[in-house]
Amino acid sequence: MSEITAAGPAIVPVTAAPTVRHFHHAPGEEHEHEPGEATLLGFWIYLMSDALIFATLFATFGVLRQNYAGGPAPRDIFDLSLVALNTGLLLVSSITFGFAMLAMDQAKVRAIQAWLVVTALFGASFVAIELYEFGHLIAEGATPQRSAFLSAFFTLVGTHGAHVTVGLVWIAVMLVQVGQRGLTGENKRRLMCLSLFWHFLDVIWIGVFTFVYLLGMIR
Amino acid sequence: MFDSAFLKTIFGRLTLESFPIHEPILLTTFVVVALLGGGVVAGVTRYKLWGWLWREWFTTVDHKKIGIMYIILGVIMLVRGFADALMMRAQQAMAFGANQGYLNAHHYDQLFTAHGTIMIFFVAIPLIVGLVNFVMPLQIGARDVAFPSLNNLSFWLTVAGALLVMVSLFVGEFARTGWLGYVPVGNLQNSPDTGVDYYLWALEIAGVGTTLSAINMVTTIIKMRAPGMTMMKMPIFCWTALCSNVLAIAIFPALTGAFLMLLLDRYLGTNFFTNDLGGNPMMYWNLVWVWGHPEVYVLVLPVFGIYSEITSTFSGKRLFGYSSMVYATVVITILSYLVWLHHFFTMGSGASVNSFFGIATMVISIPTGAKIFNWLFTMYRGKIRFELPMRWVIAFMLTFTVGGMTGVLLAVPPADFVLHNSLFLVAHFHNVIIGGVVFGLFAGIDYWFPKAFGFKLDRFWGNVHFWGWTIGYWVAWTPIYVVGLMGATRRLRHFDDPAMQPYFIIAAIGAVIILVGIIGFIMSIIVGVIRRDQLRDTTGDPWNGRTLEWSTSSPPPAYNFAFTPVVHELDTWYDMKNRGYERPADGYRAIHMPRNTGAGVIISFLALVMGFGMVWYMWWLGLLAFVAMVAVAIGHSFNRNRDYFIPADEVAGIEAKRNKQLAGAAA
Amino acid sequence: MNRLTPVRRKLASGLPLLAAPLLAGCNLVVLNPAGDIALQQRNIIFISTGLMLLIIIPVMVLIVLFAWRYRSSNEDATYDPEFDHSTSLELIIWSAPLLIIIALGGLTWWSTHKLDPFRPLERISAGRPVDPAVKPLHIQVVSLDWKWLFIYPEQGIATVNELALPVDRPVRFDLTSTNMMNTFYAPTLAGMIYTMPGMRSTMHAVLNKPGNYVGFSGNYSGSGFSDMRFRLRGLPAADFERWATGVKGSALPLNIPNYRILLRPSEKVAPILFATVDPDLFRRILERCVEPGTPCMSDVMRHDQAAGSPASTAQGHGSMPQNGRAKGAIFQSPEEKGSGPNVTKQGGPPPGQTKPGDKRNRTMSMINSLALPGDPGTARG
Repeated sequence: MSEITAAGPAIVPVTAAPTVRHFHHAPGEEHEHEPGEATLLGFWIYLMSDALIFATLFATFGVLRQNYAGGPAPRDIFDLSLVALNTGLLLVSSITFGFAMLAMDQAKVRAIQAWLVVTALFGASFVAIELYEFGHLIAEGATPQRSAFLSAFFTLVGTHGAHVTVGLVWIAVMLVQVGQRGLTGENKRRLMCLSLFWHFLDVIWIGVFTFVYLLGMIR
Repeated sequence: MFDSAFLKTIFGRLTLESFPIHEPILLTTFVVVALLGGGVVAGVTRYKLWGWLWREWFTTVDHKKIGIMYIILGVIMLVRGFADALMMRAQQAMAFGANQGYLNAHHYDQLFTAHGTIMIFFVAIPLIVGLVNFVMPLQIGARDVAFPSLNNLSFWLTVAGALLVMVSLFVGEFARTGWLGYVPVGNLQNSPDTGVDYYLWALEIAGVGTTLSAINMVTTIIKMRAPGMTMMKMPIFCWTALCSNVLAIAIFPALTGAFLMLLLDRYLGTNFFTNDLGGNPMMYWNLVWVWGHPEVYVLVLPVFGIYSEITSTFSGKRLFGYSSMVYATVVITILSYLVWLHHFFTMGSGASVNSFFGIATMVISIPTGAKIFNWLFTMYRGKIRFELPMRWVIAFMLTFTVGGMTGVLLAVPPADFVLHNSLFLVAHFHNVIIGGVVFGLFAGIDYWFPKAFGFKLDRFWGNVHFWGWTIGYWVAWTPIYVVGLMGATRRLRHFDDPAMQPYFIIAAIGAVIILVGIIGFIMSIIVGVIRRDQLRDTTGDPWNGRTLEWSTSSPPPAYNFAFTPVVHELDTWYDMKNRGYERPADGYRAIHMPRNTGAGVIISFLALVMGFGMVWYMWWLGLLAFVAMVAVAIGHSFNRNRDYFIPADEVAGIEAKRNKQLAGAAA
Repeated sequence: MNRLTPVRRKLASGLPLLAAPLLAGCNLVVLNPAGDIALQQRNIIFISTGLMLLIIIPVMVLIVLFAWRYRSSNEDATYDPEFDHSTSLELIIWSAPLLIIIALGGLTWWSTHKLDPFRPLERISAGRPVDPAVKPLHIQVVSLDWKWLFIYPEQGIATVNELALPVDRPVRFDLTSTNMMNTFYAPTLAGMIYTMPGMRSTMHAVLNKPGNYVGFSGNYSGSGFSDMRFRLRGLPAADFERWATGVKGSALPLNIPNYRILLRPSEKVAPILFATVDPDLFRRILERCVEPGTPCMSDVMRHDQAAGSPASTAQGHGSMPQNGRAKGAIFQSPEEKGSGPNVTKQGGPPPGQTKPGDKRNRTMSMINSLALPGDPGTARG
């Protein structure tokens, strides 16, 4: 072991004439890291990784989208008006969520709850219509097992639908928590994350709508 | 009795046949594991340690303890994965000509799959995440990571995945597909048994853990650095950890997505990767390698960071070319996305595509080469102390350059046409993973062990550890390079050409030498614990370190730093020592800390149950566990009791003790 | 730069030590092949390795040298704890590997195009260009579970696990697979190429020396993979013709019933020779429509294209084609779940010490012994 190692930190010889530096906060300066900031950043990073899962599913759909294996093609099975309605519902739900967030800025608990309920209703109708569409397709024989195109379609759209369902459960939980505890810092933070999540689903859906439905119909 | 529809509904496809009661190898293993496990359980019960374990360790949110638990998990799984390796080496050493060896294809194929899966997912990743967890917050002067309870959940999810793989040893069987679960071998009709399902569920669960942990680490590095620590004043290990975790966040979704689709193929009968009805097996290969190649860098980047810290410390010098090191790391991070196709040049992608990916692969060797030079010139005009960690660095540099060379060789498509899937390739990636990642992890463990426990590892056994691995590596893998050039390909259970046998026997001897290294490692810890009073370090800075983690006591207090450090220069602690830093003696305040939680353990246990239920087609169990998991997660969100304060008196007490200790050490 | 001078001197003296040849003696077929393509690939390995050693050897010498010279006990060495940057050094650090990679990249681009397996041969061996009048021998390769089927369309014959090639004649392989992905690999002939179900890959190669060699699958494809080997026979042109005539004289036809038997998984199959072969067989295997009544892939694709275009008439949605696919686990009735055995527990005697080609070996693939025409002793060519 060298001679340097044995030296304790306090007795290392000062080589150069040091300027005075503070190496830690003075007692009064101690501060807490703002937890909300880190949470939002962390949640945003999570959304990016979730977006990459969707990217994977999109890429797979892109590769498989013409592999009908002799089964139905998009033109045979897609009901564009229904999907357009669904798109409208989800877009409106994003706006209503926006109103909830505005209400949060003004600290109006009742208004937040009301807007969250409205958002949830739109979201639930979206999921219900999607389930109806799926049921209809399966009844017609256009099942996920029928062809690679249908496997990719059901998985991509279904994964989005599952996310919306998670969002609905989350809204329900937030309704209870805001009701119980009011607008605590924690609840505000969670509402902000939920808002990011909900808008994220909207963006993904726009991708699904254009890439899967519209492009599928045009071909 | 298992045939009735009722019992099938309850037990799924679990029958008496699922237990290997007639298989002597597995039965013996089971008895040994059961005895060991029983012994541990009995010991813990006897000394009434359950409560302590639960309160202090299982439910902990302290990044240091979670880091240590990750490393314990990695070491245990290393032993399991290495046992598989020994069995493979023995089989290949004897199975020539008329001799079929002692393993049939079903057993042998599970072995190489389990070996690869375990070594990457449950050894390399936990060890790296463990070191990052332990070291990084200390290096950036933080009190914990950004999301402490998420950290606990990440760890236990990894454990759940590892347990599911271990369960497959005794209930049912593991995959026989190779470590990436390739299709078409892994399709339902080709592998209808439980193996691939175990593989997929284990890795999906562990993969969620890894992704969450990566998000946590990135947020921590971005948001929680000590004041004054700009990005370019951040220790190089944190830089590499940042790049590695950003990379992990970017690639794990591809793996999760690919596994999800394969699960759907197997459970719902969809046609993503099937041979018929429009499925495309090559899509799976692309997706897993979009994950797989960057994963190599997820593993190796933090290890490069470890080497940099150690070289700088033990050469008594600042790291040569810090900024070029940072740029090299970032460049590698970006380039690693553009190379995955080199894993299947021989699929016939066409010459231009192949040469693009080949050249992109070679370009990565430029920043990597620059790193080697940087370590070299860090040693230049240094005063190198060859303590254990530094020995690993030298062994790494000599071993890794050879692996890097064979790697670049494999990136030349015409060369790859003859070397692809050969044992030359297998020797290459063991060369970079053992010589790069594993050596670095051991270097890191030797280096930071005194920080974690307050005493160094035993030196004699540490040397056995070092020489066992270094010599063992070369004895085990040089002959494999040679048989690769003799035309031997990977995953073969039996060979015809007797000229190869001597090489496989030498390789098996090499594996035994590595075993000596592993025993040396475990002994260095055991003997270290026994001799801890002689090996004790009271200074907190046993190696004359340069970064902030060495400024606290060993082991650090729960709150790491009584006062938030302020950073002025890159090698902060060196700077502090140089300028005669004095520890404050008073003015302590209460410290805000996160509180332990059991939610991570419970959710992960339920994930394990869900995985087991799904593997065995016990739908009710899978569903029940899933619903319970959601319920616990929601329930946890209602938990308000998440933090507490360490009172100022207590902090003052701990710090006073430490000041006294330091004065004693200096005297 | 002047800081480095002593280092340079030491480096020059240390170089030859590491230049010692690594390997000698054994049969390194990859480095000593009998086919021109493999030979050119070998040359690429040598050139690239040489290029890289230009930088690897100095680096390794420097590592040892610096580690030794700057050990803490060496009082003579300069100690400069603040030395952490040097622009000229950094320039060398980045440009030295860059130069090597530029050279190697050029080599890669050129050689990848030149040795592209899709590209017809230009030469038989060094200095012997291909005679434009000579048509390459066409061989269709199918990997089955777990054996190789070779179809010679010109000769109208087929073989299993035996590939005979006329020496010095270019060969064009078309390859596909029935179920698993394998790689077709005869190290002495050329590099490997994947065989994939529903896809055709192509490889051009030539064998230059007569002799008996081996080939096998280089990509793990299930339990019979280890023994998925074939005999590669390099025959002079006249001998090859004799061999082909001999095969034509054997008794077995490769018709659909025989192909069906062949399709069943089996291991360690001894060579089988087929006197005749359905000329359309390879296409039908590739398009996955060997069974009468199954639509071929190209037909399905035409159908799909039509379905996608606006001009198509509305399609019937079609029910699920029943082609013996495994049902998704969720849809299995309790009875169908079966049992998930621990398959390491296999019945019968342990696998060790059984004669190669012994019938008992086949029990290891869980398939009862097949009534395969290739049972040892019955149909040896």
